[in-house]
Amino acid sequence: MALKIVKGSIDRMFDKNLQDLVRGIRNHKEDEAKYISTCIDEIKQELKQDNIAVKANAVCKLTYLQMLGYDVSWAAFNIVEVMSSSKFTYKRIGYLAASQCFHEGTDVIMLTTNQIRKDLSSPHQYDTGVALTGLSCFVTPDLARDLANDIMTLMSHTKPYIRKKAVLIMYKVFLKYPESLRPAFPRLKEKLEDPDPGVQSAAVNVICELARRNPKNYLSLAPLFFKLMTSSTNNWVLIKIIKLFGALTPLEPRLGKKMIEPLTNLIHSTSAMSLLYECVNTVIAVLISLSSGMPNHSASIQLCVQKLRILIEDSDQNLKYLGLLAMSKILKTHPKSVQSHKDLILQCLDDKDESIRLRALDLLYGMVSKKNLMEIVKKLMLHVDKAEGTTYRDELLTKIIDICSQSNYQYITNFEWYISILVELTRLEGTRHGHLIASQMLDVAIRVKAIRGFAVAQMATLLDNAHLLTGNTQRNGICEVLYAAAWICGEFSEHLEDPMQTLEAMLRPKVATLPGHIQAVYVQNAAKLFATVLRKHEGETDSHAAQETSQLLIDRLPLFVQSANLEVQERASCILQLVKYIQKLQQKKVEVAEEVTALFAGELNPVAPKAQKKVPVPEGLDLDAWINKPPSESESEDEKPKAVFAKEEPKHSRSRHTEVDEKELARRREARKQEQANNPFYIKASPSSQKVYDAPGVEHIPVVQIDLSVPLKVPGMPMSDQYLKLEEERRQKEKAERKKKEKKKKREKRGKERKADSGPESEEDITPAHQVDIVTEEMPENALPSDDDDKDPNDPHKALDIDLDKPLADSEKLPVRTHRPEVLKSPAEDRVNENIPQETKKRSGKETKEKKKGKEKDRKRSKEEKKKKKHKEVEEELLESQPEEAVQSEETKEAATPPTSTSAEASDLDFWLCSAPVPPAAQEETAPSSAAAVDTSSAAAPESEPDEPKDAEPEDTKSSKHKKKKQKKEKEEKEKKKKKRHHHHHHHHHHHHSDAGGEDSVQNGTVEEEEPLPPMSNYSLLAENSYIKMMKEDADQVYDIQGNHQDESKVVVSVIFENKSDSFLKSMEFNVLDSLNSKLQRPEGAGAHDSLTVPFQLPPGISNEARFVFSVQSIVMPQKLKGTLTFIVKSDESSTHEKLDFKLHFTCTSYLITTPCYSDAYAKLLESGDLKGSSLRLEGINMPFHHLLARICFHHHFSVVERIDSCASMYSRSIQGHHVCLLVKTSDQTVSIDAKCDEPSLLGNVLDEIKQTFSKC
Amino acid sequence: MIKAILIFNNHGKPRLIRFYQYFAEDMQQQIIRETFHLVSKRDDNVCNFLEGGSLIGGSDYKLIYRHYATLYFVFCVDSSESELGILDLIQVNLLQFVFVETLDKCFENVCELDLIFHMDKVHYILQEVVMGGMVLETNMNEIVAQVELQNRMEKSEGGLSAAPARAVSAVKNMNLPEIPRNINIGDINIKVPSLSPF
Repeated sequence: MALKIVKGSIDRMFDKNLQDLVRGIRNHKEDEAKYISTCIDEIKQELKQDNIAVKANAVCKLTYLQMLGYDVSWAAFNIVEVMSSSKFTYKRIGYLAASQCFHEGTDVIMLTTNQIRKDLSSPHQYDTGVALTGLSCFVTPDLARDLANDIMTLMSHTKPYIRKKAVLIMYKVFLKYPESLRPAFPRLKEKLEDPDPGVQSAAVNVICELARRNPKNYLSLAPLFFKLMTSSTNNWVLIKIIKLFGALTPLEPRLGKKMIEPLTNLIHSTSAMSLLYECVNTVIAVLISLSSGMPNHSASIQLCVQKLRILIEDSDQNLKYLGLLAMSKILKTHPKSVQSHKDLILQCLDDKDESIRLRALDLLYGMVSKKNLMEIVKKLMLHVDKAEGTTYRDELLTKIIDICSQSNYQYITNFEWYISILVELTRLEGTRHGHLIASQMLDVAIRVKAIRGFAVAQMATLLDNAHLLTGNTQRNGICEVLYAAAWICGEFSEHLEDPMQTLEAMLRPKVATLPGHIQAVYVQNAAKLFATVLRKHEGETDSHAAQETSQLLIDRLPLFVQSANLEVQERASCILQLVKYIQKLQQKKVEVAEEVTALFAGELNPVAPKAQKKVPVPEGLDLDAWINKPPSESESEDEKPKAVFAKEEPKHSRSRHTEVDEKELARRREARKQEQANNPFYIKASPSSQKVYDAPGVEHIPVVQIDLSVPLKVPGMPMSDQYLKLEEERRQKEKAERKKKEKKKKREKRGKERKADSGPESEEDITPAHQVDIVTEEMPENALPSDDDDKDPNDPHKALDIDLDKPLADSEKLPVRTHRPEVLKSPAEDRVNENIPQETKKRSGKETKEKKKGKEKDRKRSKEEKKKKKHKEVEEELLESQPEEAVQSEETKEAATPPTSTSAEASDLDFWLCSAPVPPAAQEETAPSSAAAVDTSSAAAPESEPDEPKDAEPEDTKSSKHKKKKQKKEKEEKEKKKKKRHHHHHHHHHHHHSDAGGEDSVQNGTVEEEEPLPPMSNYSLLAENSYIKMMKEDADQVYDIQGNHQDESKVVVSVIFENKSDSFLKSMEFNVLDSLNSKLQRPEGAGAHDSLTVPFQLPPGISNEARFVFSVQSIVMPQKLKGTLTFIVKSDESSTHEKLDFKLHFTCTSYLITTPCYSDAYAKLLESGDLKGSSLRLEGINMPFHHLLARICFHHHFSVVERIDSCASMYSRSIQGHHVCLLVKTSDQTVSIDAKCDEPSLLGNVLDEIKQTFSKC
Repeated sequence: MIKAILIFNNHGKPRLIRFYQYFAEDMQQQIIRETFHLVSKRDDNVCNFLEGGSLIGGSDYKLIYRHYATLYFVFCVDSSESELGILDLIQVNLLQFVFVETLDKCFENVCELDLIFHMDKVHYILQEVVMGGMVLETNMNEIVAQVELQNRMEKSEGGLSAAPARAVSAVKNMNLPEIPRNINIGDINIKVPSLSPF
């Protein structure tokens, strides 16, 4: 034994530590992999030892190897071991390794939950810190759900070091477990005002991150952030906040107005470039959100542009880059102010830094106009020639095309110029963007009818010189343009000067080296050309030439018939047979041209890319329904080949066209036009996209000359420059002409008006060289106008789009899942007033609040009438987008007004008012006075409602009756809205219910056809008299309140009060006689026997719910508490004092929390032997097994672990962590339940309660 | 959000990697290679921002990097982070801290080697600056204090290598590379049984 120890320590002496490993790897440069594999073997040995120090050392080394790319997931379990070491040194190593290599798929993560929980609650702050840091990297939905509550507790830890980490990690928790957002949010908000700047910064960080994705939910925080912005000195926090405002302003333009002043101040005052830059950015966002028509903001724009210019001119490349980036944002809304800096931006195009050049390119996109497009593109073309890297050159190419084609070729005045630019671009070597150029060529040729002749000529030249493009294999990206060229030449062959030559070019043997899809187009279009040539020859009655053409095709096509590409082969052999047939006819001197041409007759219209998607599904058509019954499996194989042919069919649809006789076609066309005209959804060629230019003047333009003067035969020569020149000349000429005209006019008008004709020509003055007719793309009839198909459904942040201002429903509390069933309630009961008496601390402060309220009222009154009006508007708007109910600063508080009769209204709202948080109002008073109208109202976001009831109060005299009416209306609307929402809630609960009952029961078991579950209610009658009925929710909501003494748990009891009388019930007071074990939680300062005021009054026939918190020490025994409710019954003539006694029964069941459990963990638990058993037999149960399970799940908070036939294992956990396991078996109306639990008395009581549940039915 | 922090040298060898989103190891290496490829071909006098690589992030992400002597510090961040802010963070906090504050205390001439041999320490420092992809602390004094305290705690526990191992590593550090390499455990195993028969 002693020897063993000695040997162990000798072994240890020669363990490599991390440094040795690194050194070793560096010494084995030539056979690193081999060395590392021996090291890994050593590590495996080390991990087998019991000594935790050795293990930790090994894990540390693994972390290093992980960085080098070695998968170390096999050691995951050892990492967990090291994590659970009690020594900080090892723990830290373990968590580091875990954070580097654990992820959602790591199965051992399941084992870490309790360890992490332990570490989180460790008395040493660094244990907690290390656990939080690690968890932030590998948190899974399960961990998030299980630990959310623990982390939330840590948010209020005494040490700021822990607080800030806990706050920050909440973001990750929200992402993985979105349900935690609402319960945790109030506390998170609190942390915005934490005394520690680090915690504050963390909270700002998290909220900014949340708000960035779903800004509208965070608008109500704007005033708070505004205050932080004006008070904080931490640049990092400031930057975050300012960025956040940038995201918020688009939603609330008034916020933007408020922001401008402080932001401009910051811009002027700050020395930190980062802050300056973010300020400028946000000002830009504000300016974008405000309508550009506001003259007084031009100063701000100027300031921004000016500051950005300084950035761009800076020698620091980073600032230059960011300056350009921000500039591009201004460009969108204020292009004029950026355009004046064109010089600077063009200069940036010459920058040696590619990122900067790319940014400058982006800017150019927005800066072009009809006037400068050609000039800018010329400059870009020069850059294309100079560019070295292909990526940058490709970027240039795409930018040129983007710039030219933007908004439907809006800025192109001369399409011949554009075509020649495209042709020039084909000379680019090794570009990936051949298809882009090709699609542009096609687009322009198809949509700009006037340019077709020119385009066809150019394309013919391209085809003729195709060898230049394909000569180099490197250039194969560019050969895509041949696809376009061939198609254009074929489709618009009537414009070809010498179709024969082009036909020959298209049938050269070299073509066979092109990619298949291009060859296919060649073959098809050769046929089109053939048709044209035939017609031409027959027109000239040159039958010999016609026959020669046929022969040419017959000679050349066999090359394509041999093609390996199916498409090419098929087309070629088809056309070859056709031509052979034609040749036969020709030899018989038959005129065939007419018929051959008919093969390709008809115009092809461009179809919008989204057209297919937008075809609406006709009513009554279910696309998912089977047309015929699904074929059996054996059949389906036979059918496959058929489907292939069926698919092929549509290709021939074009030729079918010709079969329809002309009359029919014309008739259909007419009908369709009619339909389109009447259809508002049909996107007609609008005047904006379909440029219809004035015809006069066009004839004077030397278009015809251009065609003649340009040597088209040499594709290598840049022609666009010539067009540029010509265009300039043209413009000059036009201008001169116009001047002449003007002069004439002037002479006529002499001296009356002096026009600044010497100034630069405006956009409108430039007439395009062509009468351009840009055909709009076709959309299907009845196209759906919606355009929302760009959202990513997988975005994890979508789940976080949660309304945070809604009060917490009790189904949302963190660790517990509760079942809130659909109870037989009157519809009015949907809205439930809930309150926790312990929080009524506030009530004691009611007076002070009232005072404050008064103060605020005064302040408001003193405001001008105008402002009030404005305020109202704001309020209205806020009401729409925001909380209708106040958010309580402390959790689990809910208050909503029931639909009370007007008499009750005032007092109810009164209660409601005092439960509204005051702090914001108080802040508001201290906030800078610059925060005027808008701010007040948004500061009062939660307050906006309190404002309103105030208005409704009789003593509040308003100046005009009209206003009152308006308020009333508002209120009505609001009520309606509320109703709706609650209705929604209803549904939600309902779902919840069925989740709990139905789903659980079949969770793991076989899914059979099971009968629907009978409705279950867990409300039981508490007490009743002629005035009032009290119902208690059976499944008391149970939860641990964080950070309290471990041995004490809290139980929340929901009680429904229903007024059965015709009188008004008020001043209800609830009191319970405390036992040693269970105590009613009373507000601080209240005596042990004081009663709690029920926070609402009940008009006749109305019911409402209140919640009371009890603290319970031992949960192993059921409890009965005696209590009394006192209240005043107020009828028209009298009021009496009444009381009602009741007994509150806390069952042991109510201390159980539905906790899911995996079957393997369950098995382990049972094997552990810590649990003591007990059993129960129930006779005469004649309900389906799944109903039985559902009942146990529902009433006793169990979850099904596994179910096999008529046997199921179930699990639940008490609030104090006792495990309760059940094995339920059934046979012939007898149900036997074997149960195990680590607390026998708890188990006994639970079983008794289960027995009772079933004896009732 | 910060998606990843990478530190590698002029040859693309990783010195510290920290991903705040899961990637498998081979993917991580590919990202490092791609990032290195993007960053290394840039001159030192160009801007420190790069539109993100294709492997990590996408259009919303940017690479923000700094190049110091033999090391590249690269942050992959999305648009919620301030570009200049992150640059400052690297320079003011990480670098000064990593190099000057901690390592300077232990070593005379700070260089890449120190990062190599103390990757774990650098991780611990980084953990105090960035947590789960979000910036935790920007106040350098606070970071220094927290790291110091934790190191002290480690020391009080005797560190990773307790006394005997430390003695050995002292021997190993005597610049006699043959000694540790020549001794193998096999010999000892032979010697031990020879001792046992009494």
